[in-house]
Amino acid sequence: MILGNAEKEFKDFVEKSGIPAAWTILGLSALPTSHDLNVGMVGMHGNYGPNILTNKCDLLIAVGMRFDDRVTGDPKTYASQAKIIHLDIDPAEINKNIIADVPVIGDCKDSLKRITNKIEKKSHSKWISKFDDLMKIEFEKVIKSDLNPLKEGLTMGESIIAINEFTNGDAIIVTDVGQHQMVACRYANFVKSKSNITSGGLGTMGFALPAAMGAKMGALNREVVAVIGDGGYQMTIQELGTIFQLQIPVKIVILNNDFLGMVRQWQQLFFDKRYASTEMVNPDFVAIAKGYYLDSERVKHRKDLKPAVERMIKSKKPYVLEICVEKENNVFPMIPTGASVSDIRLN
Amino acid sequence: MEKKNNYTISVYTENNVGLLHRLSAIFLKRHINIESFTTSECEIKDVFRFIIVVKMTKSGVEKVSKQIEKQVEVIRAFFHTDSETIFQESALYKMKSSALFEERHIQNIIKESNARIVTVNPDYFVIEKTGFRDDTEKLYNDLEKYGLLQFTRSGRIAVSKEKMGISEILNTFKNQK
Repeated sequence: MILGNAEKEFKDFVEKSGIPAAWTILGLSALPTSHDLNVGMVGMHGNYGPNILTNKCDLLIAVGMRFDDRVTGDPKTYASQAKIIHLDIDPAEINKNIIADVPVIGDCKDSLKRITNKIEKKSHSKWISKFDDLMKIEFEKVIKSDLNPLKEGLTMGESIIAINEFTNGDAIIVTDVGQHQMVACRYANFVKSKSNITSGGLGTMGFALPAAMGAKMGALNREVVAVIGDGGYQMTIQELGTIFQLQIPVKIVILNNDFLGMVRQWQQLFFDKRYASTEMVNPDFVAIAKGYYLDSERVKHRKDLKPAVERMIKSKKPYVLEICVEKENNVFPMIPTGASVSDIRLN
Repeated sequence: MEKKNNYTISVYTENNVGLLHRLSAIFLKRHINIESFTTSECEIKDVFRFIIVVKMTKSGVEKVSKQIEKQVEVIRAFFHTDSETIFQESALYKMKSSALFEERHIQNIIKESNARIVTVNPDYFVIEKTGFRDDTEKLYNDLEKYGLLQFTRSGRIAVSKEKMGISEILNTFKNQK
């Protein structure tokens, strides 16, 4: 939908139909975070409401998404009660993973406009209040402790919120692969489309650093913040050389938990905490950045977080900020592999 | 479980180096074993036709055909069941010439099977048989006991009963330009 430049057509459609809209990870930023009808992310680490209510809705309209396994969980139980309308430009996507009742093949910029013209203006306050109720539960059980933790260690969530604060949601956020990616996509604020860059289904660790360089070169007047885990960072760390050589002013935030955190989370939850090859013995990331003559600092304590993020955002030069976060935090909500989307767990 | 059947996938393509690799990769990624694979130029100049035989479910062959069509050089991909196509395979059997004189049966076998002797020389002779898999298989079994020097069978070649209309598609392409 973003590739089709159909953000306006999509917004017109949801506003006229009054249908709440959720997004897949690659659809993030198409609809502003603050939009009333934006109910959050679907899929494995998506929001509670859209996942639970996928299996309650009577109609599901998919625009340009491919129903991948991280979105559907067990495909047999996925929205089996609902009629499905699937809009896609690629005929091979229709009925590939989920059977569509009504396939619409074409450019969604065009298809959405035509559909909007034919529908009546409606609102569905009772239905939307169900999303609100579930969001309250998610807030109590997950979001509150992510963003305002009582424990001493920093969380990835509060780091993202600090970035939001100093970029006003106007930055391009580039993420790598892993826990930090899920947290960034869950908590980053977006006001403009094409502001979320991530590798999506490819799941390529090491993606964020070079992608951020490209994003900055393509949008020189916008702030570009790469959020990277300590695992993926070292996969393309040599690009710091190009950043220094070309003086590309990207802002690099390393959320360092000294683990391949997502894999560790799985080992904890599904393999009795038998950690294998997930603990990272990391180098001094600040020293490495300084070796490339880049400005860099490390944050370990809550009181230093916001000032450091502010210094980074205010800088006109490339900047590496290492944030040492709680080592063994997990990302929730979570749909275990192969489970139904409505079996999403909050802890 | 959905039942697996024989499907003949016919792919019309442009003639381009590397396409074969990408087509076979589509099958490899999905761990689909290709039963037979044949390619040749078709009735339209510069257009090639791949005939690929696979054992798959209907929904599986549908998806694979759509993926094949995503290759830029592919004009169209069709799939048909055995009953929707006319198909044949060719086989060659090389035997010692002495067997032809020593074993009277061989002459009868060749006659009854409607096979054809392609070449004879003092050392060996070659029989050719075109037909269904069962026909070439039967001839193989009949001849095997008399000593086959070599045996080879081609992939399936097939034409569909329904019209595929590739010229029409190519014409619409041309008119779009």
